[in-house]
Amino acid sequence: MSAITTPAPATTDLRPGAEVILQALKEQGVEVIFGYPGGSVLPIYDALFQQNAIRHILVRHEQAAVHAAEGYARSTGKVGVVLVTSGPGATNAVTGLVDALLDSIPLVCLTGQVPTHLIGNDAFQEADTTGITRPATKHNYLVKRSEDLSRTVHEAFHVARSGRPGPVVIDLPKDILIKPAPYTEAPPASVPHRSYRPQVEPDAARIKEAVALLKGAKRPVIYAGGGVINAGPEASRLLGEFTHMTGMPCTNTLMGLGAFPASDPHFLGMLGMHGTVEANLAMHGCDVMLNIGARFDDRVTGRLDKFSPDSKKIHADIDPSSINKNVKVDVAIVGDAGRTLAALIEAWKADSAAQDKEALAGWWQQIKEWRAKDCLAYKQQGPIIKPQHAVKRLFEITREMGRETIISTEVGQHQMWAAQYFGFDKPNRWLTSGGLGTMGYGLPAAMGAQIANPDALCIDIAGEASILMNIQEMGTLAQYRLPVKVFILNNEYMGMVRQWQELLHGGRYSESYSAALPDFVKLAESFHAKGLRAENADQLDSVIREMIAHPGPVIADILVAKDENCFPMIPSGAAHNEMILGPDQEGNARSVTDEGKVLV
Amino acid sequence: MSETNQRSATIAVLVENEAGVLARVIGLFSGRGYNIDSLTVAPVDETGRISRITVVTSGTEMVIEQIKAQLDRLVPVHKVSDLSLEGPHLTRELALIKVVAQGDDRVEALRLADAFRARVVDATTESFVFEMTGNAEKIDAFCALMRPIGLAEVSRTGAVAIARGTRHIAA
Ligand SMILES: Cc1cc2nc3c(=O)[nH]c(=O)nc-3n(C[C@H](O)[C@H](O)[C@H](O)COP(=O)(O)OP(=O)(O)OC[C@H]3O[C@@H](n4cnc5c(N)ncnc54)[C@H](O)[C@@H]3O)c2cc1C
Ligand SMILES: Cc1ncc(C[n+]2csc(CCOP(=O)(O)OP(=O)(O)O)c2C)c(N)n1
Ligand SMILES: [Mg+2]
Repeated sequence: MSAITTPAPATTDLRPGAEVILQALKEQGVEVIFGYPGGSVLPIYDALFQQNAIRHILVRHEQAAVHAAEGYARSTGKVGVVLVTSGPGATNAVTGLVDALLDSIPLVCLTGQVPTHLIGNDAFQEADTTGITRPATKHNYLVKRSEDLSRTVHEAFHVARSGRPGPVVIDLPKDILIKPAPYTEAPPASVPHRSYRPQVEPDAARIKEAVALLKGAKRPVIYAGGGVINAGPEASRLLGEFTHMTGMPCTNTLMGLGAFPASDPHFLGMLGMHGTVEANLAMHGCDVMLNIGARFDDRVTGRLDKFSPDSKKIHADIDPSSINKNVKVDVAIVGDAGRTLAALIEAWKADSAAQDKEALAGWWQQIKEWRAKDCLAYKQQGPIIKPQHAVKRLFEITREMGRETIISTEVGQHQMWAAQYFGFDKPNRWLTSGGLGTMGYGLPAAMGAQIANPDALCIDIAGEASILMNIQEMGTLAQYRLPVKVFILNNEYMGMVRQWQELLHGGRYSESYSAALPDFVKLAESFHAKGLRAENADQLDSVIREMIAHPGPVIADILVAKDENCFPMIPSGAAHNEMILGPDQEGNARSVTDEGKVLV
Repeated sequence: MSETNQRSATIAVLVENEAGVLARVIGLFSGRGYNIDSLTVAPVDETGRISRITVVTSGTEMVIEQIKAQLDRLVPVHKVSDLSLEGPHLTRELALIKVVAQGDDRVEALRLADAFRARVVDATTESFVFEMTGNAEKIDAFCALMRPIGLAEVSRTGAVAIARGTRHIAA
């Protein structure tokens, strides 16, 4: 794949390809690799063995290596690095790569490949890795010439971390790992790539148009997404500054949680399918919307033809293909979210027009009324633990302890409850699989975050079904003494599936019961971890405290209500103002049309 | 997608001439469900490092905008240019057309070829191969006329296109 034709190197110092790769990784600032060995990558493992600068974390499954690298990347803003063998090693990594692609996570994944002269021969453990991963990555390379090796590694890191971040694969034939290769240093940042040049600085004219619209807004809303997290913590700070100087309400997508402080009165909560009433109605009723670093995902917009029908829309995104993809917007700003926010702040100050403060106050009054519905209210009565309550107590207890806490999740209802009831005041503390929705993401992601943040409290809020998809990583936790806590909201169902079957398929719970579950306490113990269980509400707090206090890895099996549904919910095919609220709320469940059922 | 009006777009894409680049472009179209009405590719600069892909596609304005943005975001893509939108342009396609015929039909084939300015590039007592350039409609029309006479085989390049006048694109 490589287009890189490297000029003759200045130095004639040649070393085995594997060593050249490690040198390039070091130059790129890599400290940790998540990987799993095999025949085709043995030269790299040999080189790793003979050095100390880069730490290798041996996972138990290549998919987990990728998710761990995602957790590492998302919790630090650095590029996560993965190393897997050819054939099955590479194919096992594919789910993780697509996950990182959809959630814009910067990764470099090194895959082994059969030697160049055997490529195409159906050799042992040969897979067409670049073919398979082409639609699974932001870009991929097959290195066929030793001269291209180090330059390819440097370019891969640049592509992974710049623009809209994403996963990059470098496929490495074994002969290239062994043959002597020259080393080339990374080109200085001032040397642009020949063809790949993402636009970082926003266009000043568009910024002006955006400010003019926002100044004149009577019912504005800021809809901020994962792009703000991608842009780094300074972008989140600027989002806070802009929101406060304009007095506007702000909502975050699932991927954007933490970009704006959850405890801030300007925060409306998450929007979308399981978002709050106030966030969704503000989106529906606004007259000017500022989307910054979010991609109008179908979980967010609901029915497109009824999405925010009366608003002028401003969309700031670093990827032009995100703009006008699902929703036609009025002002398109291409650029980095941080730079865009800085430019908006400057332009806002420079613009002499006055805001309609009275209208804004009226808008806040309206929002207060929506808020008063308290759409996330639930009743914890009796001994059965409500899953919402379990998350809420976990949040309150960790906050009370004041420890840096990083939460990952699996996929399902527990993920949504985590998003709704765990408040994030800072970016990079929330790791979840949003775009692909990969069950099995949470445990390895927490593991990767724990490696990067050894002093943080890393908790995977899990479902009993999802956790089994990468449960083998308990072994990795034990080996590296990673004190990750797995907090299972055990409802004995694939709850999210069960909920859809209840609401859309006449309560026919086809194959959604989690039968024959393991004893999670014993399972923890067999993996040298601590196992805890809370069977009723009285035990919840003490189990949470014990889990946190324990210095090693823990599985806490929290037995929760089996039939709880996740609300509010915008059913497929419905609009923002057609939310279903919980049973404790007034409001009525509407039935889903066939057109809606087609949607996922 | 609110609008439904479809249009055809002829898009020129300058790419780094490297292994897999065509697969990336084609994979993008198939993976995202876009139409490819025709696609051509060949190196176009003196070093052979840059190839030009001409793709003819169709869709709503929003889809075509999306196609261009998606193409532009591929790492080895230098430049994406929507010729249909950017002004007058020329489109040409080359076709080799084999007609197998005897007797009067041969005379008729040659007469039609002459009218369409198709050149005979191969002939036997029972066959002709015609070469013609033109836009797709012209070639379609010629093939349609040849069908009853003995159209045996057609090989077409797909469209290549370039802007009229001084306007030009470069990597
Ligand atoms: C069971 C389930 C339920 C879900 N329900 C909801 C829900 O109720 N609400 C919800 O919001 N989501 C929900 N999701 C998640 C949803 O599928 C999407 O993943 C999510 O909405 C996308 O978030 P985002 O728009 O912030 O975009 P991301 O996927 O985070 O994309 C980031 C955007 O920002 C851009 N960007 C990247 N870097 C930068 C930068 N430096 N500067 C500027 N822009 C940048 C990218 O180009 C992209 O357009 C759910 C997922 C699951 C699995
Ligand atoms: C790998 C994978 N397979 C299937 C699905 C579809 N799916 C989404 S949620 C879910 C159920 C998850 O159950 P559990 O982990 O117990 O979480 P709960 O919803 O009960 O909280 C399933 C099967 C998925 N998201 N990922
Ligand atoms: Mg469950």
